Amino acid sequence: MKRWVLPMLVLAALVGAWQVAASTGALADLLGLEPFLVPSPAEIASALWENRSLLAENAWVTLREIFFGFLVGLAVGLAFGFLLRPFETLRLSFYPLIVGSQAIPIIVFAPILVVWFGYGIGPKLAVVALVCFFPIAVATADGLRAVDPEATKMMRSLDASRGQLLWRLEAPTALPFTFSGAKIGVTFAPIAAVFGEWVGADSGLGHLILQDNAQLETARVFAAAFLLSVIALALYGLIALAERRVVTWR
Amino acid sequence: MSAESGEFAVKAASPAAGAALAIDDLTHRYGELTAIEGLDLAAPAGGVLGLVGPSGCGKSTLLELVAGLREPSEGAIEVGGASGAGGRLAHCAFMPQRDMLLPWLSAVDNAALALRNRGARRGAARAEAGRLFERFGLAGFERARPAELSGGMRQRVAFLRTLVAGKPLLALDEPFASLDAITRAEMQAWLAAALTTDPRTVVLVSHDVEEALYLADRVAVLSARPARVVAELSAPAPRAPDRDAAVTDPAFVAARERAMVALHGGSR
Repeated sequence: MKRWVLPMLVLAALVGAWQVAASTGALADLLGLEPFLVPSPAEIASALWENRSLLAENAWVTLREIFFGFLVGLAVGLAFGFLLRPFETLRLSFYPLIVGSQAIPIIVFAPILVVWFGYGIGPKLAVVALVCFFPIAVATADGLRAVDPEATKMMRSLDASRGQLLWRLEAPTALPFTFSGAKIGVTFAPIAAVFGEWVGADSGLGHLILQDNAQLETARVFAAAFLLSVIALALYGLIALAERRVVTWR
Repeated sequence: MSAESGEFAVKAASPAAGAALAIDDLTHRYGELTAIEGLDLAAPAGGVLGLVGPSGCGKSTLLELVAGLREPSEGAIEVGGASGAGGRLAHCAFMPQRDMLLPWLSAVDNAALALRNRGARRGAARAEAGRLFERFGLAGFERARPAELSGGMRQRVAFLRTLVAGKPLLALDEPFASLDAITRAEMQAWLAAALTTDPRTVVLVSHDVEEALYLADRVAVLSARPARVVAELSAPAPRAPDRDAAVTDPAFVAARERAMVALHGGSR
């Protein structure tokens, strides 16, 4: 529990400073804005409470997009990582494409996804998956190559086939790497889901943020952003927990 | 041999007899670099051949060539009548320098790897490897993870893993190099006893002349790169039960002196 103390103190100090700066109007003056545009943490908290059912509904939509998008990204990332491992030429030919895929400005590209996948959850899944698969694929491919050559010799000498080498030696070696990739991927997933919703959605936290921005409902914008952070933290925590249960040898 | 060990020997019929090793005019190159040149060596079935030489002389390369993990540039290596790399791989079990125990498997699952790779069910493989745990002083540690074992125990499990493979020739690459001096001496006595109980043809690479002379029947001293045999010595009392007495015996000390002279002459 001790490692929670310091981050909590820092957070409390920041929130406290923000509260003072916002409620006295100092922050708004500094930014040259109307005070109602610069909500204090207390105002955000009350927005969170007063709009709890609206926020929960939309958070649920976004959480589903993130969760299933992440699963698709995980599957695609693992597939790339494993397929690229045994075939050096395949790896060398696909690696630049995979890296290149991350340079696609999703916010620009997302409208095309709407054209392709329609207005529903499809384009959101695609955007989230596109963002998540990359760190997972790269980490898995690197992990599969991180095997000690002496261990490979040992396994070959003990009659391991190519498949057994992959399954008994390389895959477990790669597992901690894959978890690291998944933790990075899931951290970016909420942003990706918001981008997906901005292009075209009738619900979700991203959609809500866009609406509230237009209506200058700044406190609710912050409340929605806070929920996105909570979602990212919770999913990260879940993966870290799974890692601790699965990777017991580290 | 006890009935218990006989039961194991049935499963792997040939290893007790071992397989003869013959290396004929072997040369191995890595690109421009010649690691081994015109090397001849032989070991009879069930014999233990020690290889000593200066660091980087190509001992490990030689061992990997014998074990079928590499194909030589020139010359022939024959293990139990098999001369291709695939045939040698089938006849040899290789034990790398570091234990290379898989940290996600228990000790007994590590030892049973070869059986699992050959398609044995987990339970059957564990039972068979577990018998060796009892026989070689590791009873009670079957389910321990490698991280929970001492350095000496890890090496023992690594050796059992090599033994369980049931192959006639064991290729051991500096098996105790990572251990402290006291543990190394204990492990040498342990390995000597294990090889007496379960004899195999062994090629043992070591940087330690005393270790090679104690464990092997014959010791080949190799020159600096490219590796050639500069001397071959017979060990005075291979794998004698009382190690401390064996290594302080005048005949042993004299053999060690001869090996040291050959070693230093060869590296100059």
